Amino acid sequence: MTKEMATREAYGNALVQLGEKNEDIVVLDADLSKSTKTAGFGEKFPNRFFNIGIAEADLVGTAAGLAAAGKIPFASTFAIFATGRAYDQVRNSVCYPRLNVKLAATHAGITVGEDGATHQALEDIALMRAIPNMTVVVPADGIEAQQVIEAAVEYDGPMYIRLGRSKVPMVNDESYKFELGKGVVLKEGSDVTIVAAGVMVNEAIKAAEALKADGIDAEVINIHTVKPLDKELLISSVAKTKAVVTAEEHNIMGGLGSAVCEVLSQNQPVPVEMVGVNDTFGESGTPQALLEKYGLTAEAIAEKVHKAVKRK
Amino acid sequence: MNNLNNERKNQLENTAKAVRRHIVNMVTDAKSGHPGGSLSAVEVMTALYFEVMDVDVKQPQKEIRDRFVLSKGHATPVLYGVLAEKGYFPKEELTSFRKVNTLLQGHPDMKEIPGVDMSSGSLGQGLSVANGMALAQKLNNTGKKVYTLLGDGEIQEGQIWEAAMTAAHYKLDNLVAFLDFNGLQIDGDIDNVMSPTPLKEKWEAFNWHVQEIDGHCFEEIFAAIEKANETKGKPSIIIAKTVKGKGVSFMENNAGWHGSAPSEEQRQQALKELE
Repeated sequence: MTKEMATREAYGNALVQLGEKNEDIVVLDADLSKSTKTAGFGEKFPNRFFNIGIAEADLVGTAAGLAAAGKIPFASTFAIFATGRAYDQVRNSVCYPRLNVKLAATHAGITVGEDGATHQALEDIALMRAIPNMTVVVPADGIEAQQVIEAAVEYDGPMYIRLGRSKVPMVNDESYKFELGKGVVLKEGSDVTIVAAGVMVNEAIKAAEALKADGIDAEVINIHTVKPLDKELLISSVAKTKAVVTAEEHNIMGGLGSAVCEVLSQNQPVPVEMVGVNDTFGESGTPQALLEKYGLTAEAIAEKVHKAVKRK
Repeated sequence: MNNLNNERKNQLENTAKAVRRHIVNMVTDAKSGHPGGSLSAVEVMTALYFEVMDVDVKQPQKEIRDRFVLSKGHATPVLYGVLAEKGYFPKEELTSFRKVNTLLQGHPDMKEIPGVDMSSGSLGQGLSVANGMALAQKLNNTGKKVYTLLGDGEIQEGQIWEAAMTAAHYKLDNLVAFLDFNGLQIDGDIDNVMSPTPLKEKWEAFNWHVQEIDGHCFEEIFAAIEKANETKGKPSIIIAKTVKGKGVSFMENNAGWHGSAPSEEQRQQALKELE
């Protein structure tokens, strides 16, 4: 495995592998199969690949029908269209009847980059986690994404899988074992808990390293499953550290930070600081430039850690 | 299906009348619901469940079966009335329609109600779902069909036309859609609100096999389904010209009865007409 890989690449590879083993897997796309990386599945299994064209509502509805008749559909398009444009279809045709549709959404977050605000899904986690029956997973790297797809095939029910466009460094190694709904402690610590998902996991690790110099011992948790959130792990970590910083490539409203606050405010109230896009639309730019401009960096996490620790 | 003798025709007409009585009773008991567009679809739904579809009341979830999607999900009274008559659940259950803690939700819930193949209610979504089911039936070589019922107002939703393209593109000749063309929607005459005409030409342009029939005539319904089944390489739509509120004089052709419940007096009058 290379040291860097986009989670969408891992998705495409996983589909081809799993499609070989399981004939019930079908894949749908909305004219983005080269970008979402479903084209490989389409070439290998043309009769189980359906390009629906530029019609996201129909994409999701068709997937619902395939699931109702026993198939395991992966409906793929960019995150903004999967969740925003087809919200009503996801809610009413997939989640209400709890159908076995996997909504694989690529190009999520600000790291889609140069296309700008219209294509940057920064509220998709909020939309998806507010729907009953929906499971929401945000893999941090290629190794995790591969295993998320394997788990999605095993899991019977609607799942939102948030994937990125840009290559991301591997934070896990080949021995990694993904378990749906279970957070992963990447580094133990006693002074603060940094809870991160997706591309921010790597930044959280870097922040924890930098904080050592300031004498702060941070615990880092990769909380890949945003819904259902691993409450037990979160509560037990916070019982020890008494402060939390959340980090996500998403609007600070309604996403991972909000989910963490919902749990802690009811179970273990502690100071929480959030790193995320601060309730604004993005703009064009390279992924790296945007991450820096909107404060989605290890430095920003470290800064918030200092704030949170002071508030203890 | 071909030889609809008088005896069978009488049976179906009696079933249709019973379903109409269920519709009136359900909506009156619930004090809410959608009688107009339910009454218009009675013959189509009765034909499907009592003559056409290969389904098993004892095994509603049997994997290999024909499937039905009520895309115009508000027409639950006709669906529940037909399912109860068919024996999917006791007729007494109909009195619980739309009440709290009941099986019979205001719009169909496939997870709870035996015989319901798809949850629906948000308009415009059913044809896509029916396409998905038809694709799965083809992949599995079941030889089974998928039927769906669309409302004429419903086809104002853009997703219907996305799905129309998909069904034709994938040559879903195992899909038969009925369009309940009663000409009225909540705000009034469909031609005043947002005209969908010319209908036949539109669907033909989308490469569908199109038929126009009297949606209250069993012979025409059966003949159209037969023709649809003979058509290869194309999905079929049967535009069923119907009367909103059919069978209850004061409801017929009156948009006001789209989504309102009769009073106790009106129930009695309606039931008398449906004896």
